[in-house]
Amino acid sequence: MDFSGLINDFGPLTVTGLAQGAIIALFALGYTLVYGVLRLINFAHSEVFLLGTYGCLIAWGWFGLDQNSKAPNFGAMLAYMALGLVVAIVASGLTALAVELVAYRPLRRRNAPPLAFLITAIGASLAISETVGVLTHRNQRGVPPIIQARTVITIGDTHITNLQILIVVLALVMMFVLDRFINGSRLGRGIRAVSQNPDSAALMGVNKSRVISLVFLLGGLMAGIAAVMYDLKIGVTKYDAGFLLGIDAFTAAVLGGIGNLRGALLGGLLLGVLQNYAAGLFGSQWLHAAAFVLLVLILLFRPTGLLGESLGRARA
Amino acid sequence: MSDTAVAPSKEKTSFRGNGGVRGWFGRQPTWVRAIVTVVALVLAILLPYAGDVPLIGPQIVTQGIDWPSSLFNMSYYVLLALGLNVVVGYAGLLDLGYVGFFAIGAYGTALLTSRDSLLYAHSGWSWLAAAPVALAITMAAGLILGWPTLRLRGDYLAIVTLGFAEIIRIVATSTPNFLRGDRGFTNIPHPPGQGSDGKPIFGVTDATPYFWLGLGVIVVVILGVRNLDRSRVGRSWLAIREDEEAAEIMGVRTTRFKLWAFAIGAFIGGLGGVLFAGEQGFINSQTFVLQFSILVLAGVVMGGSGNMAGAILGGALISYIPDRLRGISDPFFHTDLYEYRFAIFGVVIIVIMVLRPQGLIPSRRRAMELKDREKEVAPQ
Repeated sequence: MDFSGLINDFGPLTVTGLAQGAIIALFALGYTLVYGVLRLINFAHSEVFLLGTYGCLIAWGWFGLDQNSKAPNFGAMLAYMALGLVVAIVASGLTALAVELVAYRPLRRRNAPPLAFLITAIGASLAISETVGVLTHRNQRGVPPIIQARTVITIGDTHITNLQILIVVLALVMMFVLDRFINGSRLGRGIRAVSQNPDSAALMGVNKSRVISLVFLLGGLMAGIAAVMYDLKIGVTKYDAGFLLGIDAFTAAVLGGIGNLRGALLGGLLLGVLQNYAAGLFGSQWLHAAAFVLLVLILLFRPTGLLGESLGRARA
Repeated sequence: MSDTAVAPSKEKTSFRGNGGVRGWFGRQPTWVRAIVTVVALVLAILLPYAGDVPLIGPQIVTQGIDWPSSLFNMSYYVLLALGLNVVVGYAGLLDLGYVGFFAIGAYGTALLTSRDSLLYAHSGWSWLAAAPVALAITMAAGLILGWPTLRLRGDYLAIVTLGFAEIIRIVATSTPNFLRGDRGFTNIPHPPGQGSDGKPIFGVTDATPYFWLGLGVIVVVILGVRNLDRSRVGRSWLAIREDEEAAEIMGVRTTRFKLWAFAIGAFIGGLGGVLFAGEQGFINSQTFVLQFSILVLAGVVMGGSGNMAGAILGGALISYIPDRLRGISDPFFHTDLYEYRFAIFGVVIIVIMVLRPQGLIPSRRRAMELKDREKEVAPQ
C-alpha cells in the first residue's frame, strides 16, 4: 500500500487512466453490441482487436516504417494515420465477420445451447491468437513513432500529451457517431428491434441474419480504431495483447451495463482510471487483478451494471 | 406427407443410439462386464511397455519425450478432465479457470514441503503429509470462489472463473517471496516408498511408477464420481443442468448442489496438482497458463461432456496428441509441431462443436437433452 504515491501522482494517474479507459471503452463496444442483440459473450472479440493491432503495423511496414524510423512530418503523419486506421478497421471488421460466420452462424442454425456458442468462440479466439503467436515466434512487435508524444497542456505537475487528447477525443467522437447510428438510422432501428425481441422483429420484416452480421461488423470497426490507438499509446503489440485487454474491456462493458452503449463508455473510462489508481496504490503488476476484483464486486452487488443492460429502450 | 416420411428415420436414429459398443456392453451379464473392465485395467497398467509391441508399438510411443513421462502427463490430464467433467458435464457450470485449482494443489504441496518456502522451518513436510492439507486448501478455495459466484448466470460465471485463474497466476508471478514467480519452488519431495533393493520407488529417471500412481488415483476418482452421480447429488445435478428454475421449484437446493459440484471439481483438480508437483519436483508460475484450462475444457467437450468415458478419452487425447507431435517439425516453417498445439485445438473445438456438439463418446442423457432442445425451439 502506497498512499503517498497515489496522492502525489493523482493527476498523471487520472490522465493516463482516461486515455487507457477510452481505448477500453471502444473495445468494450464490441462486447456490448453483440451481447445486446444475441445475449452472448463474444469471446473471440479480443482477437478481432488483436488483428487490428497487427493490421496497421503491417500497413505501415509497407512504407518501410518500423520502431526505429524517425517521426514523419505533419502531412505524412495524417496520411499514415488515415492508412493505419483504414487497414486496422478492415482487418478487424473482416475478422469479426469471419468469426460470426464460422463460430456463430452454424450453431445458430441448429439452435445449440448458449454454452456451445461460448465454446466455439473460445476455439476461434485460441486458434487466431495462437496462430499469430506461432507466426511471430511469440515476440512482441514495435510500433513506428507515427505521432511523437508531446506535452501540450500542463496543469500543476500533470502533463497532458497530444496523443492522450487524440485518444479521448476520438473515442468520444466515435461513441457519438455510433450512438446516432443506433438510435437515429434505419439500420440502427433494425438492431434495436432485434435486440428487444428477435422473433417479432423477424415478423416485421427485419432480416435477423443481416442485423447480426452488422452488429459484429460495427463491433469490429470500433475495435479496429481502438487497436490503432493502443498501438500508438503502448508502442508494442504481442499475440496475447488482445486477450489481456479483452478481459478489461469485458469488465468495462459489465461495469457500465452490458448491452448499453453509453454504459460501455462510462465503464471504460471509469475502469481505466480505477485501474491506474490501483496500480499507483499496489504496484503496476496488480493492474489486471484489480479489474477482476472489481468485476466480481459488480456482479455481486449490481449485476446489471451502473446504467442497466439494454440496447433498445424497452427491457427484453 | 413430409411428416410420415420423417417419422421412421427419427425412430431409427434413437434406436441406433442404443446400439454400438456401449449398447452391447450394457446388455452383457455382470461377469462379462467385470472381465472386460479387468482386461481394460490390465492393458492400461501395461501401457508403459507399449513400445515393445512389434509393428504398432513404435508408432504409438512418443519421440520427443520419453514414453512413461508422456503417460504420466496423460494421467494427470485425465484426472483434470474427470474433475472438470463434474463441474461442466454434470452440473452444467462453465468453469474457464479450472487450472486455478490445479495450481492451488501444486502450490499448496510446494509451500508445505519445499526448502524454498517461507513456511519451511527446520524440516519440510513429506509429500504424503502435505497432500491432504493441500487438497483441503483446494476444496476450501473452490467453496470460497463458488459461494459468491454460483448465483451468476452461466456466461458471467465463465468470465469470473477465468478471472480467478488469472488472479492466481498474477499472485504467483508478482509475489517474489511467497509464491516465488519464475524462480518457483525446487526440491519438492517425491512420494514415499522404497523398493526391495533400497532404492526409492518414485525416482527421477523413470516415470512409470508415477503413471501407475496416477492410474490408481484415476480408478478411485472414477468409482467415487460414479457413485455420486448415481446418488441424490447426481440427480440434483441433472435437474439443475436441464432446467435450473424447474429444479428449484421442485425443491432441489440448487446453490448448495452447484457448490458441491464446484468443491468436488476443485478437489479432483487439486489432486492433479499434488501429483504433478510430486513428479516434477519443481513448479513455477510458468506452469499454470490459462490456455491450460481451456485445453482441458476442450478435452471434456471433445470427448463428450457428462460422460466419464468421454472425459477420459478427451483428457488422454489432449495430452497425447501434442506429446506425439513433439520432436516432429512441420515441412514449411520447420517449427516443432508442438508449438501449434493450442492453435490446432482451437480449430478442433470449433469443428467438433459444429459437427458433433455432443462429443466423441456422448452421454446418452446429454444427447437426448440436445435433441429435446432442437425440438423445443422452432427453427428460424
